[in-house]
Amino acid sequence: MIYEIRFHGRGGQGAVTAAELLVKAAVTEGKWGQSFPFFGAERRGAPVTAYARISEEKHFIHSPITEPNIVVVLDKKILDVVDVTDGLKEDGTLIINSSRSFPKESLKKFRTCIVDATKIAVSLGLSVAGWVIVNTAMLGAIIKAVPIVTIESVMNAIRNNWSGRIGAINAEAARRAYEEASFL
Amino acid sequence: MIRVLTGNHSVAYAALLSNVEVISAYPITPQTQIVEKLAEFVETGQLKAKYVRVESEHSAMAVCIGASSAGARTFTATSSHGLLYMSEMVYWASAARLPIVMPVVCRTLGPPWNIWNEHTDFLLVRDYGWVQFFAESNQELLDTVVQAYRIAEDERVLLPVMVGLDAFTLSHISEPVDVPEMDLVKKFLPPRSNIPYVLDPSKPFTFGNLAYPSHHMALKFMHHTSMENVIKVVSEVDNEWNKIFGRSYGILDKFMFDDARVVILTIGSSAGDAKEAAKYLRKRGVDAGVLRLRLTNPFPAKEISNILSNVEAVAVVDRNLSPGNGGIILEKVRSSLYSSKNRPFIKGYLAGLGGKDITVKDYVKIFEKTLESYKKGDSGTEWFNLNLEVTNL
Amino acid sequence: MKRVAAISFPSKGVAGKTGVWRIRKPILDRQKCVKCLICWIYCPEGTILRKEDDSIEIDYEYCKGCGVCANECPARAIMMVEE
Repeated sequence: MIYEIRFHGRGGQGAVTAAELLVKAAVTEGKWGQSFPFFGAERRGAPVTAYARISEEKHFIHSPITEPNIVVVLDKKILDVVDVTDGLKEDGTLIINSSRSFPKESLKKFRTCIVDATKIAVSLGLSVAGWVIVNTAMLGAIIKAVPIVTIESVMNAIRNNWSGRIGAINAEAARRAYEEASFL
Repeated sequence: MIRVLTGNHSVAYAALLSNVEVISAYPITPQTQIVEKLAEFVETGQLKAKYVRVESEHSAMAVCIGASSAGARTFTATSSHGLLYMSEMVYWASAARLPIVMPVVCRTLGPPWNIWNEHTDFLLVRDYGWVQFFAESNQELLDTVVQAYRIAEDERVLLPVMVGLDAFTLSHISEPVDVPEMDLVKKFLPPRSNIPYVLDPSKPFTFGNLAYPSHHMALKFMHHTSMENVIKVVSEVDNEWNKIFGRSYGILDKFMFDDARVVILTIGSSAGDAKEAAKYLRKRGVDAGVLRLRLTNPFPAKEISNILSNVEAVAVVDRNLSPGNGGIILEKVRSSLYSSKNRPFIKGYLAGLGGKDITVKDYVKIFEKTLESYKKGDSGTEWFNLNLEVTNL
Repeated sequence: MKRVAAISFPSKGVAGKTGVWRIRKPILDRQKCVKCLICWIYCPEGTILRKEDDSIEIDYEYCKGCGVCANECPARAIMMVEE
């Protein structure tokens, strides 16, 4: 089984870092993983995608992900401008940062999990230059929706990435989102 | 230690492990992260190297030529238009027999302006007298860059080495990479010696001065024969690497090859997708295999000719173009087989130009098309997934 | 016309409705505006629209929220506010 995950965010929100942290967590469990950004210009604020591919065994694939089985939406504003379900497998899972129960009617046909990652991030003071940083909270929600790795591995990967307080509050964001995320 | 590294950062770690002494480079997408990371290593004192900032790639290679002539272990990296801008000095470096190592992140040449993956830049400098490798994974990339210094500095070689990697599909992909211990690498790669000579103010002599035709021809012969030694040296160095680090790559990477009837021959990270396609087809009863060229220059013609004699059909997938001639690797493979008694059927594919994806499904199609063409005896080159409609206004 | 090399023609919004890139938006205070048109000159995206009487309007569909207009306005008539 290969998990193919696509992250939708906006340039500067940390989608690429989230994808990489998920791989780092998987590697500590002896799994194989790859992460990569969308291959193109990087523009702050613009809709961006990032990808992660995680499997039990090593594989040789290097081509992009076109049919993900998991889609993660960091910013629900994206839903108005991008078809986030493009290529998503029929039995795929959607994980959306939203406070509303149904962010969009058309998403109902997928297994959908929501979490108010913005609220969690704000309550922990996670913001940089006007941006609320929700990427680490979203990692917790992903693990709740699909147990790719354990929440402990994700929290460890976060703490290894940023030392001290920053690592601790980001790990806490993941833990809270893991608890609060729920399926519709 | 297992780290999750991009291709670019794998290259930077390899330069760190090789204890390079002089770095000079000019930034260009998608190579920039390599020299950014190295600048960070120098700034933080992890790497005791001189980082020389320059105003162009031409100057970057000129700095490398100077530093390498003075005996320093020297590193630069570039891509695409940077490589072409540098090209005069690239030729000079090999003819001056300097063991410089240069990763090239292969990117399409413009116009139209394009930052994505293609190998034409790398293959255009095939006749510049450098040893050239092309990597499939980040692990192989790191290992090959370190090995490259051993090969370049070997007395039987004394030539610069280029290591190709795919723009974005390797340079920007993060994968687990086993970063070897510095102490072990030091055993494998001791500091550069002064063999056969380096610039020394106490014993002055001139480099690259005017030479008469007979001298010139003799020196070219020596360059050529050193290039012929490369295959042997690459194998020795790879074996030694395997003994210390437990990883070996060889000159040709064979995958499900030995009993294969139909084989895809290509280079780079995309060969991995071809391998997955071969795995898929094997489960469905097709004897598919993959042959990836790791060493692309000197072209391992004899090895290819020996190994392909038992294969029925070969698909050569070129992510490059010589307009009017077709795929550069196809041409080399065909000529390698000319004197062979058992020549396989060969079909060429021009695919993935300008960074167009070649997926696992695409490779399954290429295997199937090749078998069909083999039955029909149609050995013409195919432009794979070509869409001409986009040129209509 | 058949293209033999890459050519392109000017058009509006090739990168899509870039207004969604904003995290802060410029708000014009018409009371303070002195119609100097400095914002119109400085806007790197052409999203300050000049009207006949030299008053301006902001095209929020494409404004990326960079804040150059607010920074340059000598009358401090443009404020950047959170979206």
